[in-house]
Amino acid sequence: MSTRLAQAGRFINKNKAVSFTFNGKNLRGFEGDTLASALLANDQMLVGRSFKYHRPRGVIASGAEEPNGLVNLGKGADFEPNARVTTTELFDGLTAQSQNHWPSLEFDVGAINTHLSRFLPAGFYYKMFIHPRPLWKHVYEPIIRQSAGLGKAPKERDEDTYEHFNIHADVLVIGGGIAGLASALAAARAGARVVLVEQTAQWGGRAVVDGVTVDGKPAEDWVNETLEALASMDNVTVRNRCMGAGIYDHGYALAYERLREHEADGTGPRHRLWRIRAKQIVTATGAIERPLSFSANDLPGVVLASAVRDYVVNYGVSVGDRTVVVTNNDDAYRTAITLVEAGLSVPVILDARPVANGELPQKARALGIRVETGKGIAKAVGGKRVTGVKVCNQAGEGAVLEEISCDCIAMSGGWSPVVHLWSHCGGKLNWDADQAMFRPDAARPPLGADGQGFVIPAGVANGFLRSAEGITDAHDAGLAAAKAAGADTTPGNAPAAVDANEDALSPVWLMPQGASYDLRAKAWLDFQNDVKVTDVQLAAREGFESVEHAKRYTTLGMATDQGKISNINGLATLANSLSADIPDVGTTTFRPPYTPISMASIAGVARDELFQPIRKTPMSDWHNEIGAFDEPVGQWRRPYTYLRDGESVKEAVKREVKNARTNCGLLDASTLGKLIVSGPDAGKFLDMMYTNMMSTLPVGKCRYGLMCSENGFLSDDGVVARIDEQTWLCHTTTGGAERIHAWMEDWLQCEWWDWKVYVANVTEQYAQVAVIGPNARKLLEKLGGMDVNKETLPFMQWADGRLGNFNVRVYRISFSGELSYEIAVPASQGRAFWDALLEAGEEFGIMPYGTEGLHIMRAEKGFIMIGDETDGTVIPQDLNLQWALSKKKDDYLGKRAHSRSHMASDDRWKLVGLETLDGSVLPEGAYAIADGTNDNGQINTQGRVTSTYYSPTLDKGIAMGLVHHGPDRMGEVISFTNIGGEPVKARIVDPVFYDKDGEKQNV
Amino acid sequence: MFDAVSAMNGKEVKGAVTVREGGLRGMITLRGDLSSKALAKVCKDLTGFDVPKQGQAVSKGDTGLCWMSPDELLILVPHATVSAALDAIAQAMGSEHHLAADVSDARAQIAVEGPFAREVIAKLAPVDLNADTFGVGTFRRTRLGQVAAAFWMSAENEFEVICFRSVAEYTFGLLEASAEAGPVGHFKTGE
Repeated sequence: MSTRLAQAGRFINKNKAVSFTFNGKNLRGFEGDTLASALLANDQMLVGRSFKYHRPRGVIASGAEEPNGLVNLGKGADFEPNARVTTTELFDGLTAQSQNHWPSLEFDVGAINTHLSRFLPAGFYYKMFIHPRPLWKHVYEPIIRQSAGLGKAPKERDEDTYEHFNIHADVLVIGGGIAGLASALAAARAGARVVLVEQTAQWGGRAVVDGVTVDGKPAEDWVNETLEALASMDNVTVRNRCMGAGIYDHGYALAYERLREHEADGTGPRHRLWRIRAKQIVTATGAIERPLSFSANDLPGVVLASAVRDYVVNYGVSVGDRTVVVTNNDDAYRTAITLVEAGLSVPVILDARPVANGELPQKARALGIRVETGKGIAKAVGGKRVTGVKVCNQAGEGAVLEEISCDCIAMSGGWSPVVHLWSHCGGKLNWDADQAMFRPDAARPPLGADGQGFVIPAGVANGFLRSAEGITDAHDAGLAAAKAAGADTTPGNAPAAVDANEDALSPVWLMPQGASYDLRAKAWLDFQNDVKVTDVQLAAREGFESVEHAKRYTTLGMATDQGKISNINGLATLANSLSADIPDVGTTTFRPPYTPISMASIAGVARDELFQPIRKTPMSDWHNEIGAFDEPVGQWRRPYTYLRDGESVKEAVKREVKNARTNCGLLDASTLGKLIVSGPDAGKFLDMMYTNMMSTLPVGKCRYGLMCSENGFLSDDGVVARIDEQTWLCHTTTGGAERIHAWMEDWLQCEWWDWKVYVANVTEQYAQVAVIGPNARKLLEKLGGMDVNKETLPFMQWADGRLGNFNVRVYRISFSGELSYEIAVPASQGRAFWDALLEAGEEFGIMPYGTEGLHIMRAEKGFIMIGDETDGTVIPQDLNLQWALSKKKDDYLGKRAHSRSHMASDDRWKLVGLETLDGSVLPEGAYAIADGTNDNGQINTQGRVTSTYYSPTLDKGIAMGLVHHGPDRMGEVISFTNIGGEPVKARIVDPVFYDKDGEKQNV
Repeated sequence: MFDAVSAMNGKEVKGAVTVREGGLRGMITLRGDLSSKALAKVCKDLTGFDVPKQGQAVSKGDTGLCWMSPDELLILVPHATVSAALDAIAQAMGSEHHLAADVSDARAQIAVEGPFAREVIAKLAPVDLNADTFGVGTFRRTRLGQVAAAFWMSAENEFEVICFRSVAEYTFGLLEASAEAGPVGHFKTGE
């Protein structure tokens, strides 16, 4: 059984017991435990069920690479799925639930799958559920989704807060082992601004557990001294519980800090995402031990050798009383030695190598441990935990020589440097055949903007598995990074580390090497996704030769652990199956994040009211106070209509339109874009920007203008006012203000940089209100202060003046067809002006109207709307706007494009009005049906609806649409699609439905 | 009479780092040749300051100058004097090519003050805020969260933030939330 030892673990505070629950059971641990060590201390070896076969699974590792120990953590608003027990720090009151089983962890119905495994090989789902096609979406996928999956999705809102933090650094060092510490110290002493991050709560990495001495001191002492030295330096930031998550282009890196996961309660953000711009990045990310592929290597109690000694040394926890060590290298002997020195028994060390006479094996033998070379495990024995091993020759096919009982197997297949972060942005790898591992090729680093490398691997992560070499390499890496970042002070010498000599390992990708099918079919590669040696071999046989294809076919390495312990074993198995060399098969792509980070940390502060910016006009609060029904327009929220008690949206819109046409309407038009264009060349410039002539517009007058892209497509429209000899004010659409401003600056800065024109975006300087309707003038006259009659201020002119207490600019422009004034006041006075209009307008039946009323009234007048009648493929000619295409000008943006054959052709869909025969409203986006079908068997079309409304003024449906040769077909009746119903018949008519002669706006 | 109001009407949230909307501020966008003598003189007359260098701002109370781009300054003057300032600019610049526009009401100004003000800003803007690169007088046009913004340090631990009026509430909310979340402990100087 696994239990707590009498000797204290390094990380444990035995004076502070904490209680927690696992699957409802009350358990106790100590401060400093991880959930994994605390579960093991309580003999809770079984922590979950596997993904596919629902096999019982126990903890296999002691760190971020753990594939099995995933739990649902917390309750309600604190709930979080897929928490890794090995990286979850214990706190008082922690609650955990194991995942992926039903009805219980101990008895799981899904475990039947393990007996069906012969019928569930790799690719099973792809082969089985492909036919008949429609069943996948509606039958197979929902069922499979129900039975698969790991954690549950949270059901309640997350109550915690999260944040981002942006910093710049000279050198970012990722990893807080002795290599990272040495790198950071070297870089900091060289004078660089250094940030050092470590994913766990503890510093020093493996060195302390593995008995390394640094500068003549035990590693732990050196680590503490170095940390103190770093903390005292102003140019250094050190953060634990902060994982280097990803490295991106040009020295951009993300680090994921877990601030409050290790405590029951506290204040401040739960996670912080550090967004780091570093000139140089040192990856001192260590290495991960590989499992060995033998039969039933997934039984609870089969644990990585390094993890077994981590639990003893760091947490004072033994995984088992009797541990069989199985290895292909010297390092695993450290585990046997640690266990025996802790008073536990190691009945045998099975070493797959023919000879093992290194320093550590000799020490093990001297301790009286039985060492069997050339031997391996034919099969692990047990059910919900391991009870013994069947020993065999590594060279053979698995004939059992001996059965040895044990309750733990400590396995080691060698080590793989953590090259993930090195590789994220393109760092290349070499295969090191001697150590059977991929290691960074320092000559092929990720390249920055200057074409130089910006990532430097260090220590074990650079393939120097021995501390003695690794610490020197790390010091040099830190120094090189500091120098590349511009620091120039020379630091001291590299620290000197001493560790045991180790003989070479012997690569073992299958144990025994000639294992039979039955043995291979239970030899796990990927524990989390249930991928076995036979699955990868099957994939190779079926032609999935690329490692990327084999990965996706078998799901190897695709689980939440991203194959940290399984990928190398998997691709070695693939290489053997293909009789290829491992480096020729290559690795799959390493993608950030290194381990999963919370979605909330990515969102940061962007939640609730701060989820996205909502732009507000000076009158927005008034709209909200009276309960306007809003619609989003870009990032603005504009009132769609102002609902009154008991009214439907449709009724409210109808009321607003009718009132505007008969009394007086009020519109908050502040969102309209307003660009000042000024300078000696401003007229020339605007003649290029607009299709029509703006340079000839007299001062004091307004002109409607169109803008096209250089490809001739309609881009924006609006009224331009000439302010003075050199200055124009261009109105853009609400959504177009920033875009058109940028468009103008682009042309001025990149093409016509010698033209004397300045542009300023003053959109938000003004609150703008449209006052429309037969009573509009009476209202303004009541406010008084300036002459607004027809003679002084005729249609399409503007004037500065005063209305009541306000300095105003009044434009006589109309988008509704009514007598209309658009009045601009400084934004700080916008709300006061709005209130004044409402008060003064009461006797004239004033009533605000929303964007739907605006749309309907413009459609009744046949005015086009950018984004409705245009969609990026429509040219002015399509909308019968030839009158706005100046023939006098040599050039304007879009002119040349309009002469292209298809643009110049009359054979296009063109704007017309549409009236249904029965007065109904045409469906939005409906297509006009033509005869026959196209090559794809789809019904041919001859047009489409671009705007369609119920017109309160005319009491019937009106619409605009683009129809093939439309203007030539007045009076013709055509049919439109109507989803779920019969096609609708409509007559082609003039698009101007109301006041064709414009008498109402021109009074 | 009516009251002209700024976007957040002077809202203030006190804390270890205090966030306060600065009320009505006069702001003029001046585009022109920044090496022009006439431009330099009128700027000095209006604010008392010389034209700042690239990436710099100078300010005292309601008046100041911010370098916005190679051909653009932001002139800060008391809100009530904008109209007179525009007249003065027109007169001083004469026929020299320039554009002066009142943008006072198009913007909001928010002060962020307190021991970890630097970190509050760093939570929201991708700017190098280390003390050796960002000190009193440094000015940046950048973004805060998802909106465009500009800020400068008017004094140690005091930032002046400018954003568009329409997103003043959002920007204030960002700063308030980031201040309330507390210090990070990264910047070792300037605290």
